[in-house]
Amino acid sequence: MYIYIFDSSLEGLLCAVFEWFERKPGKVSLQTAATYQPDAFTPSLHIYNDDKKADRVWKALQSRLSKEWTRRFYCAYLSELTEAYTALFEFSCYLFSSAEGVEKNYGNTHVLTLSQIARKVEREKHRMEAFIRFQHTADGIFYCGIDPDFNVIPLIMNHFKNRYADQQWIIYDIKRNYGLFYDLEKVEEIKIDFGTARTAVAVSKHVLSADEELYALLWKDYFRSANIPARKNTRLHVQHVPKRYWKYLTEKQL
Amino acid sequence: MSERIREKLNILADAAKYDVSCSSSGGNRKNDNKGLGDSHSSGICHTYTEDGRCVSLLKILLTNHCIFDCAYCVSRKSNDIERAAFTVEEVVSLTMNFYRRNYIEGLFLSSGIFKNADFTMERLLKVVKKLRLEERFNGYIHLKTIPGASEELIREAGMYADRMSINLEMPTESGLKLLAPDKSHQDVIKPLGDVNRQIIQFKEERKLIKSVPKFVPAGQSTQMVIGATPETDKDIMHTADTFYRNFSLKRVYYSGYVPISNDNRLPVLGSQPPLIRENRLYQTDWLMRFYGFHVNELLNDANPHLDIDIDPKLSWALRNMQCFPVDINVAAYKVILRVPGIGVGSAKKIVQARKFGKLRIDQLQKIGVAYNRAKHFIKCADSPYQMKDFQGTQIKSFILSESKSKYIKTPVNQLILF
Repeated sequence: MYIYIFDSSLEGLLCAVFEWFERKPGKVSLQTAATYQPDAFTPSLHIYNDDKKADRVWKALQSRLSKEWTRRFYCAYLSELTEAYTALFEFSCYLFSSAEGVEKNYGNTHVLTLSQIARKVEREKHRMEAFIRFQHTADGIFYCGIDPDFNVIPLIMNHFKNRYADQQWIIYDIKRNYGLFYDLEKVEEIKIDFGTARTAVAVSKHVLSADEELYALLWKDYFRSANIPARKNTRLHVQHVPKRYWKYLTEKQL
Repeated sequence: MSERIREKLNILADAAKYDVSCSSSGGNRKNDNKGLGDSHSSGICHTYTEDGRCVSLLKILLTNHCIFDCAYCVSRKSNDIERAAFTVEEVVSLTMNFYRRNYIEGLFLSSGIFKNADFTMERLLKVVKKLRLEERFNGYIHLKTIPGASEELIREAGMYADRMSINLEMPTESGLKLLAPDKSHQDVIKPLGDVNRQIIQFKEERKLIKSVPKFVPAGQSTQMVIGATPETDKDIMHTADTFYRNFSLKRVYYSGYVPISNDNRLPVLGSQPPLIRENRLYQTDWLMRFYGFHVNELLNDANPHLDIDIDPKLSWALRNMQCFPVDINVAAYKVILRVPGIGVGSAKKIVQARKFGKLRIDQLQKIGVAYNRAKHFIKCADSPYQMKDFQGTQIKSFILSESKSKYIKTPVNQLILF
């Protein structure tokens, strides 16, 4: 048994796979540098990131996996979960040491875990596409702050870029402190220094554009009118819109 | 100004909410003119109302003035309600501004019939044309086809809309005649057929000439009100099946009737809408479209009604115990799909995974099979050996005793004393 310690980057993860095949140490427990606890009886190995090694593993993955599965792999990585890192590592080792097509073996725990985590991430991505509510600020930018469970910003970029091609927008991940800014030409990654002020999902009222309040109000009205009280089904409602997302939703603000 | 528009929105959104369809899927319009909006192939539900229905489109009527007097409709002529009408500009600016804030996927525009069908259709057409041509809007547009409007108008509207729909309203002609004497199914069938023919024609032409414009790319849908007239589930689903086959509809919607008037032809005010029945009908609809069931297998003269306490797939399985148990490790995909407790996702996973070794119970559970339900109908690598051959009714009682229905067993109108 060995402990591999990596820096929780995708590159590091791929290098860990490379090292495993170089050293063939048998069973390995993959841990991130941030959460690593030394163990008196298990030797450990720090994985140093190396572009070439990571590239080789990534190319090999792409040649073995279909586009759909490569996306799953990437999605599972974006979940930032420890069990996802382990599943990705074990999955890669299993994939490279078995015959063609084993990624479809859902009987294998790592394959199943990986695809289930990827699904969770895709769901979160879809929720962000649905629940983001832009606020129009006085300087003409549409802003929204989010704090998704997983790091889905790389996944939602294209969707918003294609959709809102004629307006400037910012989507900012408050939890991970980075965001996207679209300036009518291209999307850039940005970092905003909010200082000591705690960042909120919504921007404060005095920087909003003149008609923002009207449309927010109209939307709330619409949401209320679309409801049929005789069919009230709170359980279903909460199932579709879990309470942790209510803070994003204009129609759920009083 | 803002007060008036709020008032109008309240009236016209309220009147439009009984149209169930809110799907925004199937559109394939691309934002290639640097405009606003881009379709999402599977659609996005941006929020859900408190009754659990999705809100994906801004669903409004252009006006709720109507010359018809259909007993089941809130906007009927004889109903004493507030009337209002949007201007074209108002609808356009609402749609654009809601879309810009990511509130909606697009617009669902319907209308009461004022003056005549052509006049109404022309107004609807004006809205979509302004959105597409002047505002460069590429979001989803669902447009109601107004029965009786001229073919040219409908054809032109189809160039700009993603989906068009006309409501059948009642599952049978006799039901419709009872509640809406001025209407008939023929009024619906003709435009549905016209649009369907043109969809096919445009698709054929596109194969040869790339630049042929899109025509209703997300197809057509329709809606039936259930529980207002005494049709059986069999009548409803057979009608739905005919329409799916003849007009290649994308969806048929079933809308449980919510009592809105004192008319003695209809259920009394305050009675519960038939929510469970509606759910069972949708389940049947899904079985027909995605699970390879024929409508006759689920509903026939011997079983004209769906079971309320169990879902239609389970009740089909219990009636056809000769088809079970199915061996998960060898059976064909289509056969596995028919097992209660196994859905499309798990069935696909099973078929892929069993190539690598025989599947066991624990693997099936992890894959996502509802094993407690499926175990009565399947065999896998480590299924316990069983001597007793259970009857359908026995299995039903096993399943019912260990499952908790999401529906309350007693009707809500009934007070519980102790």
